This record gives sequence, structure tokens and C-alpha cells, in this order.
Amino acid sequence: MSTATAAPAKASEGLFSKKNRKLITDPLNDNNPITVQVLGICSALAITVKVQNAVVMSLSVLAVVVVGNMVISALRNMIPGRIRIIAQLVIAAGLVTLVDIVLKAYVYDVSKQVGVYVGLIITNCILMGRYEAFAMGNKVWPSALDGLGNSLGYAWILVVVAFFRELFGNGSIMGLRIIPEAWYATAGGGYFNNNMMILPPMALVIVGIIIWIQRSRNTKLIEQA
Amino acid sequence: MAFDKNSNSFTFIFATVLVVVVGTLLAVTFLALKPAYDENVRREKMQNILASMNVKVERDAAPAKYQELVKETLLVDAEGKPVEGDAFSLDVLKQYKDWKAGVLKAEDLKYPVYKATAEGKELFVLPVVGTGLWGPIWGYLSVESDGRTVFGSTFDHKGETPGLGAEIATPVFTGQFPGKTFTEEDGSYAGIKVYKGGTGTTDPHGVDGISGGTITSDGVSEMLLRTLATYDKYLKSVVAPPPPPVAEPIVADSLAADTTLTTSVNP
Repeated sequence: MSTATAAPAKASEGLFSKKNRKLITDPLNDNNPITVQVLGICSALAITVKVQNAVVMSLSVLAVVVVGNMVISALRNMIPGRIRIIAQLVIAAGLVTLVDIVLKAYVYDVSKQVGVYVGLIITNCILMGRYEAFAMGNKVWPSALDGLGNSLGYAWILVVVAFFRELFGNGSIMGLRIIPEAWYATAGGGYFNNNMMILPPMALVIVGIIIWIQRSRNTKLIEQA
Repeated sequence: MAFDKNSNSFTFIFATVLVVVVGTLLAVTFLALKPAYDENVRREKMQNILASMNVKVERDAAPAKYQELVKETLLVDAEGKPVEGDAFSLDVLKQYKDWKAGVLKAEDLKYPVYKATAEGKELFVLPVVGTGLWGPIWGYLSVESDGRTVFGSTFDHKGETPGLGAEIATPVFTGQFPGKTFTEEDGSYAGIKVYKGGTGTTDPHGVDGISGGTITSDGVSEMLLRTLATYDKYLKSVVAPPPPPVAEPIVADSLAADTTLTTSVNP
């Protein structure tokens, strides 16, 4: 009746066996949540104006996915089938609210910047995807690794997108000025920040370029016509 | 399996227990971290008040600097007359929302005034609240002792468009305010207008808005016209010639008196 107990546990599997390592490395490239599964695009467009925001968002998602995966995996034999999505949502919402409270108390400035998007982690498809597809059918440790791998896969895309958007949209990285003030038109130079970079559509373009580069290097991702 | 996890009763029990556990966890965490959050909000407010006087401090250093520079706080009513109440703890944003929602009447609104000293000048710091494009905008304006010349300003917003409306919080925008006046030479009220972006203005009662942030700029304009009208009544009443004798005790003096007392008691 229960699908969760279908796979008999192997007693002597190492903590970082080849299979477990693959749980982390797969989402970084071959099965990246953003560029391959195309999940979590909403937040990738919204909070990648600054690298710092992208890092905080990534860490928040990491905490919520890893802990959530572990909790759901631990409860997987108890969660009634008919309300499993609701149960996952309650756990996700609880963890996200927890992260929000912690950010407000300890990194107030960052919390003001990423404010509403932290709450929106609840609706991030990566979360529900991992909870439902992996944590409900696997043990706690692999679930934690799977959560870690997927959130790292999410994180590096976010940071790369934010890097280009902050550099060309604001002339800085992590708030440090990269393009000298003297180059700007206001200071007598001929340089302007690209305001398009600050707007969400450019994030989509950058994600598109990343997907293009990724697929040209990793040909097994190309769908056969 | 000892129980059927898909039975109706277990489903109910599971749902109830899960929600209660998660709810309790959140409530406990929130209560535990609320003091830290409130303190952040308090310090940010002090930091903003200081920033409007061109005093830039880290948030951690804000309370000490605030104590040092802000001499007196008071509340005035819509007619500019001082009333009872704690100015610092008044949430002007909430009050503004209540007024917009019709809960409060315009004549019931209270306006905080902070009297402070910076760069050797006596200043009035005046909070302002309004509406931008996406949500509330607010800020502080510091006014020189003549009661009409702006000394400095700071603005913030909940969620204006980055790069457009959000630019009101940058020095490019706020830097235009010092030296502007909100009354005419003859004392009649003029307000401070925000002109459409990029036109460049020489109006002593106006600043240049944000290109592409027209609605936010209009919001700032409305906010300043409306709020400064009330503060103008108050400022006229306190700085109009002849200046009324200010009989309030100065904090520094009373402190000095205390010290003398202590030293004379201790041998």
C-alpha cells in the first residue's frame, strides 16, 4: 500500500557513496532546478538585482529545502496520503516564516531588501518539487543531500545572474564600486548604468544565455527532435 | 502497521498535531526574537532622524548619537499647537493609513517634532508620510531655526521600483533639498513641489523629480505640501518674531548640576 517502503534499505551504504554524491552534483548541472527543470524562475527574476540579495535568498531557500526535506522524510511513513501536499505546505510555510523572523531580527537591512520574496519562498516550486518527488520516498540523509544539491544548483544561477545585473545595472558587486565614479556621465565621463539590467526581463535574458551556454557544453541536455 | 495512516481519524489527528506544533514553534520564535526586531526598528528610526540632519551613523551607534543631538521631542496637532503624548513612539505611518482608511479624522492627526542640534545649528526634524506608486513612502525633513529653510532630508519607501521611484532614497534626490524654503519671503505658505523629472528647476520651493518615477515624485510632492502646511503653522508660532522665551531646562546643565552634587557629597 505504501510506496515509501518499496525500496529495501541497504545497510552498508556510505554517507558519501557515489549515489549520494550524485544527489549533490546532479542539480548543479545535468538536472539544475532553474536552467533544466525551469523551476523557481519567479524569484530568480525578482531578487537578482544585487548579489547580496541573491546570496541571502539562496541561503534562505537552502535552509528551507534542506530542513524541510529532512522533516518530511522523517515523517514520510506517517503523513496521510490524502493530505500530504497540505502537510508539506504547512511545513514549508512554517519554515519560511521562521526564516523571515530570523532575518528581521538579525540581518534587518537585508530582510528589508528581500522582504516580500522570503515569504514567497513558500510558493517556490523547487520546494514542493523536492518535498513531493524526493523526500516523500527517501530516507533522511539522502533527502538532506538532495535538498542541499538542489538549493546549491539554484544558488549558483542566482548569484551569476545577480553578478551581471549588479555590475551593469549599478556598477558594483556586493555593494563595492567596480566601475569608477569618474567614468559616469554625471562626473564628466561617458558611461551610463544600464537601467534595463535592473528590470526583471533582463534576468530572463541572462538565464536564457546561461541555458544556451550550458546546453552547448552539455549536449545530453538537448532534446531530440 | 499498528495504525492505518490513511484512516479519517488519523488524518484529522495528524493535521491537528502538525498545525499545533508548527504554530507553537512559530509563536515561540517570534516572541523570543521580537525584542531584537523592535530594537532594529527603533534604531532605524533614530538613524533616519539623524540622517535628515546630515549625521550619518551606523545603526548600532544611532541611539547614543540620538541621545546626544536630539534635545526635545513634542507632538503638535493639526493646527500646529503642542499636545500631550510621546512623539517618538507615535507610528506616523499607521496613523496615516488610519486616516486614509477613514478611521481617523484629519483634525485628530498628531505630528511629531524633534528639536535637535547639528553642526552648531538648532534644527526641527519633521517626519513626513505619503503614498508612492506601490506603497507608502516616508521621510524626515530637518528645518533650520528660521522655520522655513530646509537643512537636510531623507526619504524611504516600502517598495518603489528600483532604479526609478526608489531613487527618492538616494542622495541625488535628497541632495536637492538643502536651502529650499517652504514659505515665501512674506511668510505665506508655498510648500515644496517636486517637478517632473529632468526639467531642472530654479524654484526656491521646488526640486527636480525622478525621470521615470513620476508617480512616486508626485507622491513626494503631495506628502510635502500636505504635511509641511501643518508644520508651518507650528513653526510660525515658535519662530515668529518676537521669539517666545524658551524656559525649558537644558539637559546638559542639569547633568552638570548632578555631577557637582555627587562630587561635593563624596570626599
